[in-house]
Amino acid sequence: MSDAAIFRQENVFVKLLNVLADMVSRPSGLVGLSLVGFHIFLAIVSPALVPYDFTAMDSQAILSGPSAEHWLGTDNLGRDILTRTMLGGQQALLVTSVATVIAIAWGGMLGVMLGLIGGWLENIVMRLVDAFLAIPYILFLLLIVSVIGLSLGVLIPTLAFFYGIPVVRMSRAATHDVVALDYITAARARGESRTTIVKKELLPNVLDVLLVEAAMRWSWMLLAFSSLSFLGFGVAPPTADWGLMIAGARSFMSYAPWAVLAPVVALSSLIIGINLSADALAKALGIDRAQKAPV
Amino acid sequence: MGIAHLLAIRGANRDTGKSLDRNAHEDDNMIILFLQRIVLGLLTLVFVSGIVFVAVEALPGDACTAFLGRMAQGTRLENCRRDFGIERPALTRYAEWSLGALQGDLGMSLKRNKPISDVIGTRLRNTLVLGLSAALIGVPIAIFLGIIAGLSRDRPPDLWVSTIAIFAMTIPEFVSATLLVLIFSVWLGWLPGIVTTPPNAPLVEFLSDIILPIISLALVMTAHILRMVRTSVIDVMESDYVQMAQLKGVPYWRMVFRHVLPNALLPTINLVALTIAWLLGGVIVIEVVFNYPGLGRLTIDAISDRDLALVQAIALVLAAVYIGLNLFADLLTLLVNPRLRAMRI
Repeated sequence: MSDAAIFRQENVFVKLLNVLADMVSRPSGLVGLSLVGFHIFLAIVSPALVPYDFTAMDSQAILSGPSAEHWLGTDNLGRDILTRTMLGGQQALLVTSVATVIAIAWGGMLGVMLGLIGGWLENIVMRLVDAFLAIPYILFLLLIVSVIGLSLGVLIPTLAFFYGIPVVRMSRAATHDVVALDYITAARARGESRTTIVKKELLPNVLDVLLVEAAMRWSWMLLAFSSLSFLGFGVAPPTADWGLMIAGARSFMSYAPWAVLAPVVALSSLIIGINLSADALAKALGIDRAQKAPV
Repeated sequence: MGIAHLLAIRGANRDTGKSLDRNAHEDDNMIILFLQRIVLGLLTLVFVSGIVFVAVEALPGDACTAFLGRMAQGTRLENCRRDFGIERPALTRYAEWSLGALQGDLGMSLKRNKPISDVIGTRLRNTLVLGLSAALIGVPIAIFLGIIAGLSRDRPPDLWVSTIAIFAMTIPEFVSATLLVLIFSVWLGWLPGIVTTPPNAPLVEFLSDIILPIISLALVMTAHILRMVRTSVIDVMESDYVQMAQLKGVPYWRMVFRHVLPNALLPTINLVALTIAWLLGGVIVIEVVFNYPGLGRLTIDAISDRDLALVQAIALVLAAVYIGLNLFADLLTLLVNPRLRAMRI
């Protein structure tokens, strides 16, 4: 189905199915969606599938290689790596997906509002946004987590706040693009109220950009989350988390590389999957993302 | 091409009163744009300092309670607060801090009992060396590979380069750094996996240690720049004047070097400076992975020690570097791209 035809679909579900079908028809979309789907499935189902308890320490089998009992070997405390790898994505996926939704919600709404209202308010807020973008997030994330404490209730809002800031910029730009178009002026001339304009004209168009942005934000947040865990400021041990696992297994890399490789492959495959899906999604929605900014 | 030179041109043109005024207009504009950018940069820095201060203030407790932790009570707490003047109103402290920062005095570090500027000094040097080396190595490689990928679009060279770039770009730095250590340090034994040189050592002693950190740090930046160059080259190759050159029968390589490359590389200047600044985020993780004694590792140490004053100062320094590099990129783009000089704001 052509891109223009996708836009004209009124029914959300039909549109969704069409977008998905388009994504799957591309190799990047197929691989990406499979990887993401696999990881989500794993995160939900793995507690029932794991062979061992992730905290169970077998002191007889410390740092043992892949074997019949431990398919991926054991770590330095004798815990089964396969189990911990399968469970390792749960926290990450939970935290980042919730935080991404919140980030897109608040960033998108603020950006659309600013784009519509304009004026001095818009200028001031955009200056603030630029100032915030100048500060390396990870510094603030670390600071906040270390002072307030290590918990999901801290991680989710903090991640959502910082990763929502670039979304403000994006949605404001998208709003500007849409507002300049004639059918907004026509709607105003018809006497439509502001809310109706936002709902019927603005949102559907800004939504496409926001969706792709959401996918990218998700992957950046996963990166940040696992970096935080790696540095010891994310989830706390003995929770099974890929970042934590890599940090712990690093010291034993020379004689137990499998302990590092398993979480590395898991984490990388998820992030690559999300990125590939985002690319395919952008192409399916007709958005040109060649100029993607690194933030 | 100094400002004096520009002013002289303007003066000369005004005397003649001819329509050479257009050059004078451009140069005038350029000076105004330069100054505007610089003022904007300084304002942003002030803004950022405010944000950093407010953020640290807003955290529960203050520098003393954070530092003393469980022992934050009674006379110990009072003494600490008195020594560091925390009882004074926030505005006073902010003014004193920011004015001091302007003169290079960033306060005292609670944990190390040394002026912060001393502590940050050598670390900043080390981090800058790491970052600049990564940039100096990564950027030319990125441009070279990007051009190759763009020119051989969708054919094997492009596919290989682009795929590796995607991997380098999406995988977290600590993952790729760990993999590099695994391959080059553990399996091959070519390079050291950990930096053991003390922070204050002369730069020469870091040389063999920093190869892997440089590569790890450069990976993501190189991948981004590479993709941008590739896109740029593809766009230019499809443009009208290049098609015209091909139709006219201009030899392929002459067309590439004289028509395609200069135009394709123009937008990369801005991205290069931005990505260098973005390295700042990755530098923290890389320095921890390799135990490199730079600003990044200092940040983690400071946060673990709950040395809030130090963290505040580091945030300011990092933001200042980022803003400075952005400013540099802006000014460079203005200089290099003649079309921007006639801009109104």
